[in-house]
Amino acid sequence: MRGILGWGGYLPYRRLDRATIPPVAGSGGGTGTRTVAGYDENSTTMGVEAARLALCRSEVAPRTLWFTTTEPAYSDKTNATAVHAALGLDRTAAAYDNVGSVRSAMGALRAALDGDGPAVVVAADLRTGLPGGPDEAAGGDGAAALLVGSDADGPVLAELLAWTSVTEEFLDRWRTPGAPAAKLWEERFGTARYAELGAEAVKLALDSSALGPDQVSALIVAGLPDRAAKAVAASSGVAGGQVADRLADRVGNVGAAQPALLLAAELERARPDQIILLVTLSDGVDVAVLRTTSALPRYQPVRPVAGQLAAGAPIGYGTYLAWRGMLPVEPPRRPEPARPSAPAAWRNREWKFGFVGSAGEEGMVQLPPSPLDPVRSPMAAALGTIVTFTVDRLAYSPSPPVVFAVVDFDGGGRLPVELTDVDERELRIGGRVEMTFRRLFTADGVHNYFWKARPLRVETGEH
Amino acid sequence: MASHGIRDRVAIVGMGCTRFGEHWDMGVDELLLAATDEAFQSAGVAKRDVDAYWLGTAQSGMSGMTLSRPLRLKDKPVTRVENYCATGSEALRQAAYAVASGAYDVAMAVGVEKVKDAGYQGLNALPIPGDGTQRTLTAAAMFSMVAPAYARRFGVRDAEMRTVLARVAAKNHANGARNPRAQFRREMSVEQLCAMPAVAGGLSVFDCAGVADGAAAAIVVRAEDAHRYTDRPVLIKALALVAGDGSGLMDPGYDYTTFPEVAASAAQAYAQAGVVSPRDELAMAEVHDCFTPTELVLIEDLGLADRGSAWQRILEGAFDLDGDLPVNPDGGLKSFGHPVGATGLRMMFEAWLQLRGDAPPERRIATFGSRSLALTQNLGGYPGEMISFVSILGTP
Repeated sequence: MRGILGWGGYLPYRRLDRATIPPVAGSGGGTGTRTVAGYDENSTTMGVEAARLALCRSEVAPRTLWFTTTEPAYSDKTNATAVHAALGLDRTAAAYDNVGSVRSAMGALRAALDGDGPAVVVAADLRTGLPGGPDEAAGGDGAAALLVGSDADGPVLAELLAWTSVTEEFLDRWRTPGAPAAKLWEERFGTARYAELGAEAVKLALDSSALGPDQVSALIVAGLPDRAAKAVAASSGVAGGQVADRLADRVGNVGAAQPALLLAAELERARPDQIILLVTLSDGVDVAVLRTTSALPRYQPVRPVAGQLAAGAPIGYGTYLAWRGMLPVEPPRRPEPARPSAPAAWRNREWKFGFVGSAGEEGMVQLPPSPLDPVRSPMAAALGTIVTFTVDRLAYSPSPPVVFAVVDFDGGGRLPVELTDVDERELRIGGRVEMTFRRLFTADGVHNYFWKARPLRVETGEH
Repeated sequence: MASHGIRDRVAIVGMGCTRFGEHWDMGVDELLLAATDEAFQSAGVAKRDVDAYWLGTAQSGMSGMTLSRPLRLKDKPVTRVENYCATGSEALRQAAYAVASGAYDVAMAVGVEKVKDAGYQGLNALPIPGDGTQRTLTAAAMFSMVAPAYARRFGVRDAEMRTVLARVAAKNHANGARNPRAQFRREMSVEQLCAMPAVAGGLSVFDCAGVADGAAAAIVVRAEDAHRYTDRPVLIKALALVAGDGSGLMDPGYDYTTFPEVAASAAQAYAQAGVVSPRDELAMAEVHDCFTPTELVLIEDLGLADRGSAWQRILEGAFDLDGDLPVNPDGGLKSFGHPVGATGLRMMFEAWLQLRGDAPPERRIATFGSRSLALTQNLGGYPGEMISFVSILGTP
């Protein structure tokens, strides 16, 4: 029996009120909010956050990591290796990118389910569109990770009963690599193709697992074509009340992360022995048929998607545009930082990517690690307390000012470190923080990844 | 093993110091020529009479040739030194030890920095290739964390603390206003200073040192030879330097209200010089007021006030030009700006003027005539990871 062993959903902290778009852009917008990745986040960093949440409740060590997104931070260079390093996976665990389209996410999940040994599928996306356009408002940023394996690896929470894939070449949307926005063919064409393909694939999937639509507890239809998703749900035979919320009102469509994110949200609500259909419309249709197991109730996600939906803080539309590079703003009048050195980053990869310090014989934790110390000290999961802080309006930052604190970690260790996802007014000495993997800046195309601290808004214990 | 020092074995017999400021019309060469020329004249020597040179510059040039080329020095040993913002003091320290060792009879220490060619406000360190995890915070922000920590530890209210820091800046501006070599020569009231907007933590731009170009130079000889050059030499009583191990950044016991490297270097300097009670023996102190809270903490770390009391002593005016122990009588980094390689020697230049009675009456320290020791304290780095230099100079 192979299936889902764990999951983690990650929604970035900022939310854009769609009503703020038309007064600036002249069109677009709508009701509700969409999630917005921080200026210091990209698909890799959000993927790390989701994967940390997926792995922290499990003893299972993945043998394979699949990273999937429509917005890879690098081409040519693998992005999954940075996720692998941040998670501190064993060097013999493989890490691969499977990127480009939403379909890549289903391909990665299928490869993980088909393969041997435990695997983690990490899906993350930033969805952008031109100002005032439909993709800008409908998109969202976020990540989700699924830990996949067999009952030999750990308790299976949702078993895979069947997988159906229908592939068909047609053009409904396309994007030149590097372009900020996709282009769409007349929407009715794509809607028609997906409606037909979706109905076909759902029927094939149910037939192959000897199930009827009335036995489906949750029908998830993921994928960028919104009208088609509704059409497929309507024609599936599954009762309307069993059709999963696509989280359009508060998140938006998180692209390649949407299938895993919606599945995570449904698994958090599901009871044992329920059928979940995960349908994804992207250049054809993939359907996964899952049945939850009696082990499901024992799995307590450290940070449920439902809780993250209700959290977050607003961001102004102008700041959002600046963060996505759509609005060039005056840079700080300081020299831009130099790109990090590749050999130095490699030598210090445990520290830079894994946030591993060291401890000496007296037990004092050294951050960064000292070559004199005999013991490694992993600190990524440690919580800390703000000893003192400052706001630097002079230093270089992609989004000034720099908010900075001296943090003492529970169990030892101190680091003066930048804060993120923080409003100046909520800063206080004694405030609690957790660590988060971020992109400090990008220089010469090199993404400088390292860790920052962010306010701990829900004391959930270690993760 | 001990820090024996070279008390009374080496004398400064000549000094020079340019005006500090935005020298758009002067490069490193012109600044070096101006400062060294004044020093040569001051000691009554020519460049060929100096046996060895030490040039302090943090990032305005590499190697001794940064000095030997503009001065056209022939067949002389010239060494470039760098030790963060204590670079200028380090140059003097090397020159003094060289003379004390007997290796040379006459040595010169020169410090220079051409900061205003960079195109950006503030000081910007040369990038050294690294793993990208280093802090990119400004020095202002790092030192800004001292003020609230001090206030909390010693029960100073926020508004009081703001006034104390403004009082430090007002004093140094008042001193600088009287000094023709200073970059800023305008007095600033405590009220004006308190009203400035914060740029880093609670610090305003006026809590920060200025940014200036400048150069300064000193000529040293063995003390017994000093009479050949001047009848009013200034003797080196102590030279102490401590390079911290950076543990303050990682040590949960460090509370940002003290600079242990400064306290350690001060203790070494006082021991070398035989100073028992600095606040009763020193005529003046030049300290590294890169930011106003730095001066507050330095006064305590140097033993010029009891722990937790410097803020009150500052408000009482104890460190004013006419106070019990004038601190930064020339105006400090606040009024001079901070051309990194030159600052340590600029501090010594003020000691040279004041101890010899060369400072004009309108800016002469109140202790002149009654005490004969001056301290200079020069630091580089940040709270928790610091280089600290302390010298004690005196008249024979």
